[in-house]
Amino acid sequence: MEWANQLCENRQFGSKMTDSKYFTTTKKGEIFELKAELNSDKKEKKKEAVKKVIASMTVGKDVSALFPDVVNCMQTDNLELKKLVYLYLMNYAKSQPDMAIMAVNTFVKDCEDANPLIRALAVRTMGCIRVDKITEYLCEPLRKCLKDEDPYVRKTAAVCVAKLHDINAQLVEDQGFLDTLKDLISDSNPMVVANAVAALSEIAESHPNSNLLDLNPQSINKLLTALNECTEWGQIFILDCLANYTPRDDRESQSICERVTPRLSHANSAVVLSAVKVLMKFMEMLPKDLDYYGTLLKKLAPPLVTLLSAEPELQYVALRNINLIVQKRPEILKHEMKVFFVKYNDPIYVKLEKLDIMIRLASQANIAQVLAELKEYATEVDVDFVRKAVRAIGRCAIKVEQSAERCVSTLLDLIQTKVNYVVQEAIVVIKDIFRKYPNKYESVIATLCENLDSLDEPEARAAMIWIVGEYAERIDNADELLESFLEGFHDESTQVQLQLLTAIVKLFLKKPTETQELVQQVLSLATQDSDNPDLRDRGYIYWRLLSTDPVAAKEVVLAEKPLISEETDLIEPTLLEELICHIGTLASVYHKPPSAFVEGSRGVMHKRLPARTGSGESTESPDVGTAAGGSAPEAAPSIIPSQGDLLGDLLNLDMAPPTTTGPPPPNTGMQMGGMDLLGGGLDSLMGDESEPLGGDIGGSPAMGAGFGAAPAVMPASLNAPVGGGLGDLFDLGGGVGMPMGAYIPPKTVWLPAMKAKGLEISGTFARRAGVIQMELILTNKAMSVMTDFAIQFNRNSFGLAPAGPLQVLTPLGPNQTIEVSLPLSTVGPVMKMDPLNNLQVAVKNNIDVFYFSCQYPISMLFVEDGKMERQVFLATWKDIPNDNESQFQIKDCHLNSDAASSKLQGSNIFTIAKRTVEGQDMLYMSIKLSNGIWVLAELRVQAGNPNYTISLKCRAPEVSQCVFQCYEAVLKN
Amino acid sequence: MIGGLFIYNHKGEVLISRVYRDDIGRNAVDAFRVNVIHARQQVRSPVTNIARTSFFHVKRSNIWLAAVTKQNVNAAMVFEFLYKMCDVMASYFGKISEENIKNNFVLIYELLDEILDFGYPQNSETGALKTFITQQGIKGQFQTKEEQSQITSQVTGQIGWRREGIKYRRNELFLDVLESVNLLMSPQGQVLSAHVSGRVVMKSYLSGMPECKFGMNDKIVIDKAGKGGVTNEAGKSTSGKQSIAIDDCTFNQCVRLSKFDSERSISFIPPDGDYELMRYRTTKDIILPFRVIPLVREVGRTKLEVKVVIKSNFKPSLLAQKIEVRIPTPLNTSGVQVICMKGKAKYKASENAIVWKIKRMAGMKESQISAEIELLPTNDKKKWARPPISMNFEVPFAPSGLKVRYLKVFESKLNYSDHDVVKWVRYIGRSGIYETRC
Repeated sequence: MEWANQLCENRQFGSKMTDSKYFTTTKKGEIFELKAELNSDKKEKKKEAVKKVIASMTVGKDVSALFPDVVNCMQTDNLELKKLVYLYLMNYAKSQPDMAIMAVNTFVKDCEDANPLIRALAVRTMGCIRVDKITEYLCEPLRKCLKDEDPYVRKTAAVCVAKLHDINAQLVEDQGFLDTLKDLISDSNPMVVANAVAALSEIAESHPNSNLLDLNPQSINKLLTALNECTEWGQIFILDCLANYTPRDDRESQSICERVTPRLSHANSAVVLSAVKVLMKFMEMLPKDLDYYGTLLKKLAPPLVTLLSAEPELQYVALRNINLIVQKRPEILKHEMKVFFVKYNDPIYVKLEKLDIMIRLASQANIAQVLAELKEYATEVDVDFVRKAVRAIGRCAIKVEQSAERCVSTLLDLIQTKVNYVVQEAIVVIKDIFRKYPNKYESVIATLCENLDSLDEPEARAAMIWIVGEYAERIDNADELLESFLEGFHDESTQVQLQLLTAIVKLFLKKPTETQELVQQVLSLATQDSDNPDLRDRGYIYWRLLSTDPVAAKEVVLAEKPLISEETDLIEPTLLEELICHIGTLASVYHKPPSAFVEGSRGVMHKRLPARTGSGESTESPDVGTAAGGSAPEAAPSIIPSQGDLLGDLLNLDMAPPTTTGPPPPNTGMQMGGMDLLGGGLDSLMGDESEPLGGDIGGSPAMGAGFGAAPAVMPASLNAPVGGGLGDLFDLGGGVGMPMGAYIPPKTVWLPAMKAKGLEISGTFARRAGVIQMELILTNKAMSVMTDFAIQFNRNSFGLAPAGPLQVLTPLGPNQTIEVSLPLSTVGPVMKMDPLNNLQVAVKNNIDVFYFSCQYPISMLFVEDGKMERQVFLATWKDIPNDNESQFQIKDCHLNSDAASSKLQGSNIFTIAKRTVEGQDMLYMSIKLSNGIWVLAELRVQAGNPNYTISLKCRAPEVSQCVFQCYEAVLKN
Repeated sequence: MIGGLFIYNHKGEVLISRVYRDDIGRNAVDAFRVNVIHARQQVRSPVTNIARTSFFHVKRSNIWLAAVTKQNVNAAMVFEFLYKMCDVMASYFGKISEENIKNNFVLIYELLDEILDFGYPQNSETGALKTFITQQGIKGQFQTKEEQSQITSQVTGQIGWRREGIKYRRNELFLDVLESVNLLMSPQGQVLSAHVSGRVVMKSYLSGMPECKFGMNDKIVIDKAGKGGVTNEAGKSTSGKQSIAIDDCTFNQCVRLSKFDSERSISFIPPDGDYELMRYRTTKDIILPFRVIPLVREVGRTKLEVKVVIKSNFKPSLLAQKIEVRIPTPLNTSGVQVICMKGKAKYKASENAIVWKIKRMAGMKESQISAEIELLPTNDKKKWARPPISMNFEVPFAPSGLKVRYLKVFESKLNYSDHDVVKWVRYIGRSGIYETRC
């Protein structure tokens, strides 16, 4: 190889020295020397010096001091030197804005150069220099370049508009560049079209409501024509843009699909995936009885399979997307199981993803093959992969009933291998199998018990304890087994402690005579010696139950449990819909909506699949719930209630909280690959797998009857130690409530100092740029320093939870005050509160734990994309029964309807239409809550009358009262 | 879009850093180094999110290429771009190594400026790029106006991959059908999965702007021709032979996809020189050139007996080459004795495998190896995973059964016809992942 390199170098540089020498200068006084060289008379020396400067810049050295000297080299005929100077300018102009001005003249001159390559270079570089004064000078040359005779200059100028927009959006609008850019969509050169589309799409993203792209059948036609002619990258830009279009009817949808399908044979995987995205989206609109619909389905499978022969990184992207596609339209790949078989040399990230898809495709038809494969995988070396394979066997058992027996025996075989983590994983999944098929496979319990000693992971221990408790009457030495765990009770993790407590109580109820002592022991361990509130609460509940009414206790604790559902890790349907619209992008790789990982306004816009318009589908009402979730009823079995439904359930049945707020995947950690660093997001929404177990008592319906609406179990993640007894949390319920006020209500005292050993907390809630924040003022009125602050919320109506820790980094000294703002997420555990917007908070510091409750204005849950389409609004309004309508009066409000509308808009209450009837303005508005509930409103304003009438319609009428309070607060402040 | 692009050496030192977007700070360079390159654990994903910034990376030998973004970019496009970037660099200066990158850093910056604008990939065809990014640097000034506009129209044009005015004294075409046959077989000889992934690789030295048409024994085309009763020359010559079912194929951007979609004909204006015309995949009626029959017996706790038979399964007149059978051995192997009928076999302790090499083997033959493996007694509870036995070989035919029916060249403006073009066709079948579990 050496000679080859040599050859290359010789060809390119003649006998010159190579460029790598520039990386080696590290001596002192370097800058000084460079300065001298830059000002040298010799051209060659100058160029060498600039190269050295760029090399230093690359490795992170600060060479900004050389700015004037480098800029002096700009006036040159040497294109290579010029490009280097430009590169330098792009890097440092921002830090030296005054000096950067020196470069303007050259830029402007270059924009007039006879050589189109130079013109384009100048305008391209100028756009990258983010200095106001330079930007001003950019406008004229840019205008010329956008109309340049050379397509190379025009395509560069098109991108430059996007650059300028990023620096100064207003300027771009004022200068009319957007219109020029729109004109370029009709340009004769395909690459100009593609770049214009890319630029416009990006600009449109930051103006969600503007009609910038203005896609209509004519412009779509132009794009489809350009699609056949432009570069592979251009095709991607155009396809991604097409995916945002909503065809008028099924016929238009079909004709676009027909023109997009040839792209499925492109060698570039990104072109293929973007084409798949367009097709998946537009297919929604095609009637299913159409022949073409079937043809299209068949055409989608082969290209998806082909993606798996790409390089591993692309395979990974493809597999993450296939995972979505399989959930949305399982029929596409149902016969392709074999291609997802893991190869020995696949990188681990490909293996894990393939395994996931195998499970999704497993069915009675192919289960034998799948099981044989999984058994093979369980003997591999990568621990994560093996664990996942073992879990997968359990999931097969639950999914395909006919295979359950074979799965169980496979698992038993694996337990015989005695490989520690295999055994533990197997026990965890066998517990799930027991929950799906109770009283069927208890013959294996003896084998499981043999491995009791080797279990060292909490999850496996908890699973084993659950099994012992559940089948206590069939295990002769159940009491001995459980007692053996009790010895190190305090060293166990919470999960195990909770499970042990429940299991022993079960045992006691089944064999009361021999186990009285044991149950006494565990109850006292749980209630007296533990400082975990979850454990104590559960201990007390059992204790009181057992002491007051053993029969009721039996009914509660030994109640029949609901069977676990087949697929526990499906993506929630509305999220799936959104992700399908993002096929090929990062969102589809992370399985998270863009808003979860993109900062600023770009991510806020939620995409939805279009509703089917064809014949025979008219039964679907166009309201949001079904338009989003039900447009493809044959798709993913919707065993997971959407959040809206969930709240509906909560409100109707006033029972204990459901055990999970979302789909609990058994293996979130593995599935997410390297993404644990993503904050917020969905991780917290997907409860951990043990939740249905841990929440055992909470989940049984009998429990709800016994304890009313009391929040019996705190979320398992709440680990703050508690000083007082069980009642604390509820006694403090009467803390100072917060008056419903303005958009951002003034701060009020939530926790007075005398109630909290000197800590005073006041605060308010706000919604800023789409983020809900709790703004707190902590004041230390005690004599000693306070440290170690932490905060937790109780379950609440809208799943509010802190999105991060409480940022009090320095100790709070006596008489000191600190202001903190705590970002909140809405993916925490849900439980209906009364009043609905009540929030119970626990704050901990080094002294103690304190509880208070407060009320938040519901307006902070109004999301930014709450503007409903007019037709949808109309249909939804009709669709909601009149019983759900409530009317309120707002008195003494002196705004006219427009002012009111704009004021409400500030709080994400969107006016959709306005009608004037006999001097009375009727405003129709929509609001969307963070959990997907829509509230529709009609506001009547009579000129000269300070009293407004407002009618609210919502599927969950309970929220109406709160929403009304918000209207009042917003309008009056 | 792509916010920045970094190239690192294996130590994590930055060799190239180009930032396109304002939201990417200098600290992003370090974040990737610390969290990915220097991470203790093996890479678990090619996409990493660190503090709301996403990093895409690929590795070429010990060089890391990373693209950074803060937006919801098209992930597939970013990876395609990174591969393309590697191709472009390789075609300019050969192997991607630290030395070559340092030697050409000015060139790389120039390329990055051209093929990525504000994070949007632009024309990245080396054919076009080489007309104006030359590293002689000065070329720009000596170009005539015509030359300049020719460059720009090629870079932005419909046929960005080919320039006008190419002339050859002898018009020649080389066509290679390169297939890799993949197999996963159970110990009992059951085919668990098998597929051929093939590529049609061309080298064209043709003058002008020729229009080419390529035909093969694609089942859909042949069936159509048969049904319609069309008796053109090509149809006749292949009617006796088998046609093959192609599961899926993808094409170089020079191929007119809409024409393939409607007529299933492959027509294109070829790039000059080397390029890959198409890729395809077949799963039906694959000729598996070799069958591996393993027999592994554990004799007590310290000994393994392995016997492997390989059978060649193609015409006796053809010769397979570079045959290699790799038989994995347990980690606690202390010694191995091998006897083989043909070729050479060696135990390679560093690779934990017995490697059996045979230079040539004709079709319909059989050969055998047997080995005794001594094991050190261990108290390791973990069982040996028994990795599959893998095979490598090269055969002079296409295991998918693909045959080239025709490759026609039309150039209306210049005076040479299809018959004047010298065409060479060659078939090579290689093993892909060809494994038999034992």
